[in-house]
Amino acid sequence: MDVLDIARWQFGITTVYHFLMVPLTIGLGLLVAVMHTLWVRTGRAEWLRMTRFWGRIFLINFVLGVATGLVQEFQFGLAWSEYSRFVGDVFGSILALEALLAFFLESTFLGLWIFGWGRIPKKLHLATIWAAVVGSTISAYFIIAANSWMQHPVGVVMDEATGRPRQVDFLAVLTNNTALAAFAHAVVASLMVAGGLLVGIGLWHLRKRKVANRSTEDVDHAVWRRSVRLGGYVSLAAFVLVALTGDWQGKLMYQQQPLKMSSAEALCDTEAPASFSLFAFSKLGSNECDDVHSITIPYILSFLAHSDFESPVPGVNQLQEQYADAYGATYPDDPSFGDKAGQPIDYTPVLAVTYWGFRLMIGMGMVSAAVAAYALWSTRKGRVPTSRIGVYGSLLAVGAPFAGNAAGWVFTEMGRQPFVVVPNPDVPRAEQIYFFTAQAVSPGITAAEVWTSLISLAVLYAALAVVELGLIVRFARTGITEGDTTPTPGIGGGRSTDDEEPTTRPDDDASDDVLQFAY
Amino acid sequence: MDLQTLWFAAVAVLWTGFLLLEGFDFGVAALLPVLSKGDPEQQRADKSLMLRTIGPVWDGNEVWLVTAVGAVFAAFPGWYATWLPAMYLPFVLLLLALIVRAVAFEWRHQRHEAEWDATWTRVITGGSVVAALAIGGALGATTLGLPIGEDGTRVGGAFSWVGWPVALGAVAVLAYSLVHGAVFLALKTEGPVRERARAFALRWSPLAALPLLAWAGLVVLRSGGLVSTVLWLVAALAVVGTWTRLKVDREGQAFLGWALVLLASAGAVFGAGYPTVVASTVDPAFDVVVGTASVSDYTLTVMTWVAGFGLPVVLGYQAWTYWVFRKRLTAEPEHQHASA
Repeated sequence: MDVLDIARWQFGITTVYHFLMVPLTIGLGLLVAVMHTLWVRTGRAEWLRMTRFWGRIFLINFVLGVATGLVQEFQFGLAWSEYSRFVGDVFGSILALEALLAFFLESTFLGLWIFGWGRIPKKLHLATIWAAVVGSTISAYFIIAANSWMQHPVGVVMDEATGRPRQVDFLAVLTNNTALAAFAHAVVASLMVAGGLLVGIGLWHLRKRKVANRSTEDVDHAVWRRSVRLGGYVSLAAFVLVALTGDWQGKLMYQQQPLKMSSAEALCDTEAPASFSLFAFSKLGSNECDDVHSITIPYILSFLAHSDFESPVPGVNQLQEQYADAYGATYPDDPSFGDKAGQPIDYTPVLAVTYWGFRLMIGMGMVSAAVAAYALWSTRKGRVPTSRIGVYGSLLAVGAPFAGNAAGWVFTEMGRQPFVVVPNPDVPRAEQIYFFTAQAVSPGITAAEVWTSLISLAVLYAALAVVELGLIVRFARTGITEGDTTPTPGIGGGRSTDDEEPTTRPDDDASDDVLQFAY
Repeated sequence: MDLQTLWFAAVAVLWTGFLLLEGFDFGVAALLPVLSKGDPEQQRADKSLMLRTIGPVWDGNEVWLVTAVGAVFAAFPGWYATWLPAMYLPFVLLLLALIVRAVAFEWRHQRHEAEWDATWTRVITGGSVVAALAIGGALGATTLGLPIGEDGTRVGGAFSWVGWPVALGAVAVLAYSLVHGAVFLALKTEGPVRERARAFALRWSPLAALPLLAWAGLVVLRSGGLVSTVLWLVAALAVVGTWTRLKVDREGQAFLGWALVLLASAGAVFGAGYPTVVASTVDPAFDVVVGTASVSDYTLTVMTWVAGFGLPVVLGYQAWTYWVFRKRLTAEPEHQHASA
């Protein structure tokens, strides 16, 4: 593999991995803040316990998200320096503002939340988790605005002197319709991740307690029951919103990146009305659309793309020709394109990835929604399910929305290839700004360097995944036991009983409180 | 002052703020095996006490690094796109160290076995030492010299960044952080750890300041003016001041003195370095400078407005965090340690 391919694998692996933690941080953070709020408002013991239990899982996961997020801030420069130079006038400022406005908020207030139990007034302490959640959400907005600018560059003009885009409208970058749709879609998808986790672990505990004939009157029972109900409702509501925002995003993509969407459908030739592909098979190793055979439902694709049953949807073959006419059939014969200089350009993304990535995303969302519906139905009016298939299936399905999120990102990022910055079709051809992935890679670096970082990061990430999963499984199995009731151990202390509120002490005797901390 | 100069100053302030804040948590983490004494149980308690001083704040401190790197990218993409790929391997090493260090902070207390705790505590120490060295090396190289060719691309292959500037910067940041951590521990703890930390700082502070002063001195000699020379002298005097304050047990004043060592040295380095952001060892004509590395005035204006409102708020709530956790810490009595 050449530097370009290795660098793409490295970026793909580190970013998909990072995005396993991110949706759980966003979704679960919000739900923990809601639990904490309900405890402060009602004073009911189960909400406190839920805050502590889910809060601790949130924290185990949060730190890995932060740690792997660090890589993102550096790797645009490390292996993609020409990309960084090209987009510098827009992209870097969004990252810097994300750090300034979101990361500080998130990390500082989470530190206050973790170490603030019993040290700062109860309502102020509640405000700290909300501030952290707001920080995470702002962060998601900025990074998605940055990504959406690559998908649909707005607010810039080509600077003739530098040959690079120059920002002229910062507000247009922030209110990019691509960003609004993608942000909404990503946030509700994050809630599906959190909801699925609450349902899976909650049902498992409920069933275990029932099989062991434990009481259904105590706080523990209420904790798991409320977790399942909350998770189920959140998951279902989020699924509806995921579908709506996904439809919005899909319609935008048909205008902005028609090749991505037609590849997602393996629609080879323009059709009016166009059919939706249910299942497709192709010659192994071929990326020729005509080798793909689909089982289709008539009219549906026209409706998905344009909200009517007649409009034509352009096919991959026609679009490939259009793009070749507009942006060239071969890469310019220029050293900045490396090995690709003078080679023909394939404007069609890897069909197998876009087609199945799209279906995996939707399929996994459906699995998760079905599990949520099952959870709500099987726990109706105080019931507890004992079906092994139902409960263990729900536990297994905790992974479904994670896979769906990852598949969605792989689809949308690989679907914009061969561009790293995709031309915006709303702008006249002469004023369009675009950049090929092949010219984005750092010119001076060696394959050995990128291999070193790819392998070392992948090995480390794999090891950390084992530890993180081990910690979460171990903690989730134990649940909440006497003396271990805290989001991080020592907070609130083993000495306060579960039903007791951690007392809020005035500052002047706080010196004793540090004894309760973990450190 | 034009916007490019303002943002050069902002980047300098962010890097300095990062070294000032994360410097003491690097130092505390590096000193864990040095300042814990006695039987294994007592050592564990000592380490626990030391880690508690930085527990609530290390993550917020690390955001200064993310913001500093983000600001380099945002204001000077030419600097970002030259510096990072030129030092590809040291930056990857930095990332690996920061990743393991971050998870170690949160995961070490997720299980209560002594072995688990000891392992992650070692990871915190190792990760912090490596991270301090890597950042110091990277900063040393960008201010003292990297083999950069005409088009801003590194010449000479994957290890051509190796040289005395990297070594000097690496040692300077680690040595400064060690004493910074010790002074911080002397300020934030009670009991034997406080005594040992104070003794460590008293003994090593004059020596630990030397690489930093040498680094700043070299940049001043190369391209400094009156202001950076005065700043260098202030830094040197602050070392003496810190030592005399430590001698009479005034830890608060010593902490301020040692902070001034960094502020003045960093001021000298960045002040003398301006407008060069990456000094080329191939040919001074290939230096990456503020004027060509920067983004447009429009983008700088937008960022100036947002940062103008955002930064005071950030500084406000970070300061508040330090206020909330301002008390000195003492070792945990045994029974509570067991229950936590």
